[in-house]
Amino acid sequence: MAKLGTHALLLAAAVVLVPLGLVLPTWLVFLVTIGLAKGLVVIGLVVMMRAGLVSFGQGLYYGLGAYSAGLAANFLGLNDAVLLLVIGAAVGIVVALGLGVLLVRYRQIFFAMLSLAVSMILYGALVRSTALGSTDGFNLPPPTFLGLAPDVETGRRILFVLALLLALGTASLLHRFTRSPTGVLGEAIVMNEIRVEYLGASVSRVLLITYVIGAITAALGGVLVALATSHIDPDLAFWTTSGEFVFVAILSGTGHVAASLVGMVLFETVRSFAFQYSPYTWQMVVGTAMLLVIVFLPYGLWSLVSRGEGRSARP
Amino acid sequence: MTRTVLEARNLKKRFGAVVAADDISITMAAGEVIGLIGANGAGKTTFVNMVTGHLKPDAGQVVFEGSDVTALAPRAMTRRGITRSFQVAQLFPQLSSRDNALIALASAETEQPALLGDLRIPDRIARADALLARFGLADVADRLTVELPQGKRKLLDIALAMVGEGRVLLLDEPTSGISADEKFPLMDLVMEAIGGADATILFVEHDMEIVERYASRVIAFYEGRIIADGAPAAVLADAAVRRHVVGAEIHRRHEGPRR
Repeated sequence: MAKLGTHALLLAAAVVLVPLGLVLPTWLVFLVTIGLAKGLVVIGLVVMMRAGLVSFGQGLYYGLGAYSAGLAANFLGLNDAVLLLVIGAAVGIVVALGLGVLLVRYRQIFFAMLSLAVSMILYGALVRSTALGSTDGFNLPPPTFLGLAPDVETGRRILFVLALLLALGTASLLHRFTRSPTGVLGEAIVMNEIRVEYLGASVSRVLLITYVIGAITAALGGVLVALATSHIDPDLAFWTTSGEFVFVAILSGTGHVAASLVGMVLFETVRSFAFQYSPYTWQMVVGTAMLLVIVFLPYGLWSLVSRGEGRSARP
Repeated sequence: MTRTVLEARNLKKRFGAVVAADDISITMAAGEVIGLIGANGAGKTTFVNMVTGHLKPDAGQVVFEGSDVTALAPRAMTRRGITRSFQVAQLFPQLSSRDNALIALASAETEQPALLGDLRIPDRIARADALLARFGLADVADRLTVELPQGKRKLLDIALAMVGEGRVLLLDEPTSGISADEKFPLMDLVMEAIGGADATILFVEHDMEIVERYASRVIAFYEGRIIADGAPAAVLADAAVRRHVVGAEIHRRHEGPRR
């Protein structure tokens, strides 16, 4: 992939997949849209994990993004998908800047547990809020797209294209980030934080930037899922949702951000088919599939590519 | 008259009942090469840690070029020009020597490194390779630092400390873990590489041959106190230094074998 260039491959993926979105069955378009939306969350999480920030609380920003979109649509009458994405990202940034200053002072399991705790505070608040539908959540009206108000099926296809372009664009940007001085410093912090400080670099700055990136992508993913399903509920912020993102990030491998998109779409596909054909034992099917990946690809799906390049992917 | 670059004023530090620094005052002039000696536990590394911001003293001040820098963090100290290497080389083990140097260079360039620009740009790679060549590390530029022999790791650690072109460089036991055959070539290389930078150097060392050869001034610590400070020959011949620091080895070398 390195020889061909990540950006060229992502562009090629966009050129191939955008037309497919116009002809594929609606159920598949919906499935991939959800996969891409959640993949966005995982991309940001992978960037965080490369800097040692293993968050078990990305559901916080995922839920915040979705609820921001839902509230803006229902109470402010703002229905445009692009505008709702901007609002979701902005809410993610503001909250992440506030929380990040505190959370990035912690490392490893302490960071993981604190991030989980904060997301569960949001979950608890949403469950207790009758104004926001409590555990049932509430519905969103169909979105418009830069002023266009298409029918439901066309809207789903446009949303797919939007999710695809957003996911591939984000993957391209974050791939550049991982190769930038700040991105590489994130990896360096995991290896030797003391040396980073004694090089004159700010560990807290690097980690805060990385944390905010994770919040933005999670919020964007939340907005897209809210728009795709036209419904939001507190489960978006529940700990199992956050755990699923970590799970997919590990399965995809942290060697490359783009692997997250493929991993998440595959995960959603396996889960959907397992649920359809084995409704009472679908968890076993998903679990077995995941176990096979762990056994044969211990560094995640990305190791299929990195093996070809003659170098190992980072766990 | 020599210009004072760094001044430690009445530094005190305790770890429980252990007094690691007991009213330490040292003035370092521009261009000095100071050897800091003392037995294990004498407070040498504690002193280096306090001067570089890793430890905050219980009392006293660190003054760098007229400014009180006692409260500054290591990052701020480094950016001011006080840099250090470590007794155990502090590197990024899963990255190549070149990538270690690239990170150091990018960190030195600006306080806010780029978010989207590539770390590995040609100009920076050229400077990283020049740095590695200066420290005799050109042949290991592409090797992961975890695979390097101890001597190379030490050299790279010192090279990273030099990237910011600090005006005060503190080397914590630069030859520890190095074989007898390698220690002088290593120090020659370090002194040659640093020499052009006109930095003030303080190195912590247990090897008195290294101290005698490279230091222009020697300071001896014992139980958190300075027991001697002056020209190498005078300090190494001092009775208290012989008794508490140098021991029989120097006694034999200066006065011949005992009968």
